[in-house]
Amino acid sequence: MIDWLPLWLSFRLALVTTTILLVLSIPLSYWLAYTRHRWKVIIEAGVSLPMVLPPSVLGFYLLLAFSPAGSFGRLLDQYLDIRLVFTFRGLVVASLIYSLPFMVNPLLAGFKNLPPHLLEASRTLGKSDWTTLRRILLPNIRPSLITGAILAFAHTIGEFGVVMMIGGSIPGRTRVASVAIYDEVQSLNYPMANRYAAVLLLFSFTILLIVYSINHRFSQSKSVL
Amino acid sequence: MTAPPTCLHFQATKSLHTAQGTRQFDVTFDLPQGRLLALYGPSGAGKTTLLRILAGLTDTSSGNIVMEGDTWLDHSRRFILPTRRRPIGFVFQDFALFPHLTVRQQLEYALPKDADRSIIPDLLTLMELETLQHHRPTLLSGGQQQRIAIARAIARRPRLLLLDEPLSPLDAAMRSKLQDYIAKAHRHFHLTTVLVSHYLPEIHALADEVIILDEGKITSRSIPSDLFPATGPIDNLRLNGEITAITQAYGACILHVLAAGTTINVVASPDSASAWRIGQKVTVAYRDFNPVILHSH
Repeated sequence: MIDWLPLWLSFRLALVTTTILLVLSIPLSYWLAYTRHRWKVIIEAGVSLPMVLPPSVLGFYLLLAFSPAGSFGRLLDQYLDIRLVFTFRGLVVASLIYSLPFMVNPLLAGFKNLPPHLLEASRTLGKSDWTTLRRILLPNIRPSLITGAILAFAHTIGEFGVVMMIGGSIPGRTRVASVAIYDEVQSLNYPMANRYAAVLLLFSFTILLIVYSINHRFSQSKSVL
Repeated sequence: MTAPPTCLHFQATKSLHTAQGTRQFDVTFDLPQGRLLALYGPSGAGKTTLLRILAGLTDTSSGNIVMEGDTWLDHSRRFILPTRRRPIGFVFQDFALFPHLTVRQQLEYALPKDADRSIIPDLLTLMELETLQHHRPTLLSGGQQQRIAIARAIARRPRLLLLDEPLSPLDAAMRSKLQDYIAKAHRHFHLTTVLVSHYLPEIHALADEVIILDEGKITSRSIPSDLFPATGPIDNLRLNGEITAITQAYGACILHVLAAGTTINVVASPDSASAWRIGQKVTVAYRDFNPVILHSH
């Protein structure tokens, strides 16, 4: 029998990460899309860094940062009673950083592709930037929101290196599906590894199928306009 | 007779980056209440920049704007009233309608929170949009979108209406019809209006005054009939005359033709200037209010 706990843990991690990322990425990508601040390039590069960095490198630095032996980890541990190494909470924080570009970049593209006059027209109608974002910009980048959420979700499900570095493989806490596969292969239990792998493969393919069909439908409805 | 009180004082400078190079935008004018001012000139002259500065959408290097006693821009005090606090209506060249809202929702969005909603049915009637009110704009024609854009700009009862070449994407038949809508809206809501236009018949039909801009400066200001004389929509009127002078102005060649005891200024393209000479006999006709040379003798 397949142990569903790692799969459920992966799903929970992805859901929590995606929800938090949505809340964080909307103001961040809005700022990146419209600001002329000189730090913009640095922030953009920083956001995209996890896309090119080997997950083990990111995981290693997070491990150093979160470890109670380090100053930041000690601060969290002693004053806030938060421990991020080998905990689910730590996985969430790491996943937020790891999957950030997969949420921010589609949103950024969505904002940038909007006709600039939409924002200006709303301002000339006396609306604040907050009202404009909520009632004009976000409804018009809905496909980007859906794409970003789905990609961030799928990317979190698939993460391995970062989880390995800071989470280890504690069943029910940090042993997510990708780690479970690795463990099963290590103990030469190929049939079990195969089951986990098949579920993830099917899941990932379905996710991409949904993303592409949304984009396809949107580009079709756009060409009608 | 006393002159109407000044409604708008405008003074601004800024660097313009055009295809022809960097130009200094330097414009000062006053506009009385209730007037419809047209801005005319070649592209890159700074017409749209002027509208955008009025709306607070473009920065200036110096400037002062006072509208009905309220300061909108005072560069010396580093004061810029944000766009959303200026009581303006802005009609963009591409209309900038919100694709996800119906016609009625666009107008509702434009209203301030506690505003009287009775203006919406009035506007829908005035702009003949009642039957379209539950449609989204993207599937509607250019003329219909244009009417929505004007209605939306007026819905919040602005004190200043700014129109950026609102009719240029439309065909000629639609244009003349929509001129009526603009004129109707301008009068009905007692607006002070600034209109950017490339199209002389439109300026004749709508404007009380016209400012000609070239390379960021005002080259002339007058009533439209003085700048581009017209006698009316008589297409079959023919006047025989003689070219008395050829001058260059606002990027075009002006032929001064003495005909029927008056001088008619005919706008011709600058590259055709060499085709004319002083003393040449020509026949002038009017097409869409514009004098044109029909043929030379």
